[in-house]
Amino acid sequence: MATSPLHPGPEEIAARQVVMALCADASRDDLDAALQALAAPNAEDLRPPETGLVMATGRIGGDGRPFNLGEVSVTRAAIRLPDGATGFAYHLGRDRTKARLAATLDALWQDPARRARVEAALRSAAEKAEAARRQAARRTAATRVEFLTVARGED
Amino acid sequence: MYVAVKGGEAAIDNAHRLLAEARRGDPAVPELTVAQIREQMALLVDRVMAEGSLYDPDLAALALKQARGDVVEAVFLVRAYRTTLPRFGASAPVDTGAMAVARRVSATFKDLPGGQVLGPTFDYTHRLIDFALAAEGAVEPAAEAEPRDDAGTCPRVTDLLAQDGLIEPSPPDDGAPVGDLTREPVDYPADRALRLQALARGDEGFVLGLGYSTQRGYGRTHPFVGEIRVGEVAVTFVPEELGFPVPLGRIRLTECQMVNQFKGSGAAPPQFTRGYGLTFGQSERKAMAMALVDRALRAEELGEPVASPAQDQEFVLAHCDSLQATGFVEHLKLPHYVDFQAELELVRRLRAEFFRDSDSMQEAAE
Repeated sequence: MATSPLHPGPEEIAARQVVMALCADASRDDLDAALQALAAPNAEDLRPPETGLVMATGRIGGDGRPFNLGEVSVTRAAIRLPDGATGFAYHLGRDRTKARLAATLDALWQDPARRARVEAALRSAAEKAEAARRQAARRTAATRVEFLTVARGED
Repeated sequence: MYVAVKGGEAAIDNAHRLLAEARRGDPAVPELTVAQIREQMALLVDRVMAEGSLYDPDLAALALKQARGDVVEAVFLVRAYRTTLPRFGASAPVDTGAMAVARRVSATFKDLPGGQVLGPTFDYTHRLIDFALAAEGAVEPAAEAEPRDDAGTCPRVTDLLAQDGLIEPSPPDDGAPVGDLTREPVDYPADRALRLQALARGDEGFVLGLGYSTQRGYGRTHPFVGEIRVGEVAVTFVPEELGFPVPLGRIRLTECQMVNQFKGSGAAPPQFTRGYGLTFGQSERKAMAMALVDRALRAEELGEPVASPAQDQEFVLAHCDSLQATGFVEHLKLPHYVDFQAELELVRRLRAEFFRDSDSMQEAAE
């Protein structure tokens, strides 16, 4: 099936999820800087940014029946650009400004003509997140236990 | 006659002003910021998130500041805040198998794919007060090493045991609706999902004490720590208007897989059984205690005698919530003047009757 803005294909959705995850992990300042660089038009609220709850679920034994672990605070925003494009964001936490910035980036990204520029504007945030992940992994790796087998007695 | 009592308004106002000053402490000492609490009292923040049943580190840190560090009071503030918010829905179940592991240890297998990584732990410290911390100073940067090729893949220890059928499988996801004790009062018997929800938000001290009691013989379960892992997992949610899972961000969790002994029956070959613990933040003690109590509460399901407090789900679930417990205990300090007046009159009357009866008995004897 051809991909259109109304009926995005699975690859399109996966790519959009990557950008959404990047925005969720980024700081408000990072998103603000990205939008500044894009000289984005003013967005109007489809729905005013709102903070609410999502019940986080886990699975019994890690892989079994779901259970309710506890709630997470989530802030959502939905905007429309002057050209009619709509964008959405759902983020952990209570930062309405950040959610609105991410919703605007989401709307811009969905336009194939603007996609590359949006991704370029987010590149420094992506690199920062990747560097932090790599450093955390390196620090964790330094605490990995190397077991030594000590032979005892006669064989 | 019922006499309503009013008053104390000025005293209450002034008490709250005094509380604000007491909260601030000595003004000559710099005031704590919420960010400082979040970053430097991180495990306390984690505990408030777990028992407040709301993952929001900044909010938990603010609640701790307002509560002067009182955990249960901070939990109260967080729980009260959540009642003001709408619920957007439920997340997809988090995949702890895909956790970005910051710590992972097993007491059952030395060599594991993905390895054993200690992460930031108090284990193996000498528990000697470090007076150097009393002085402010820079911290030596953490060591770094190139992650090994298998570092990204940490299969659960229980999955390794399950390959050979040595451990019972997890209860399968049958798509049935999941009970939520924040929406519906708990009906007994409560299923395992509901019990885990209650334990996840239960008081750490209470759950720890119950877990300990199973080790001391009150509902013994022969536990081994199959695995403990701490790290971040992605949380996703499917909003109606989008229809696909939206990544909300990542949360830190602690998971404990307890491996417990089980005798086989004529019908079933011997297999290990499981106890499971999962909590917000980094809290191994809580996750381990939760896994012990989860297993103990399965006594009836596994055909074991139910004889100890940790195996009695009504006892455990009705008493593990710190907010409910403190509410009922602490309400005793509120005015009970009318109740007590009634008791007082009753006791006076009974005493009067007692003395009248004993007087008349004495007269009769004389």
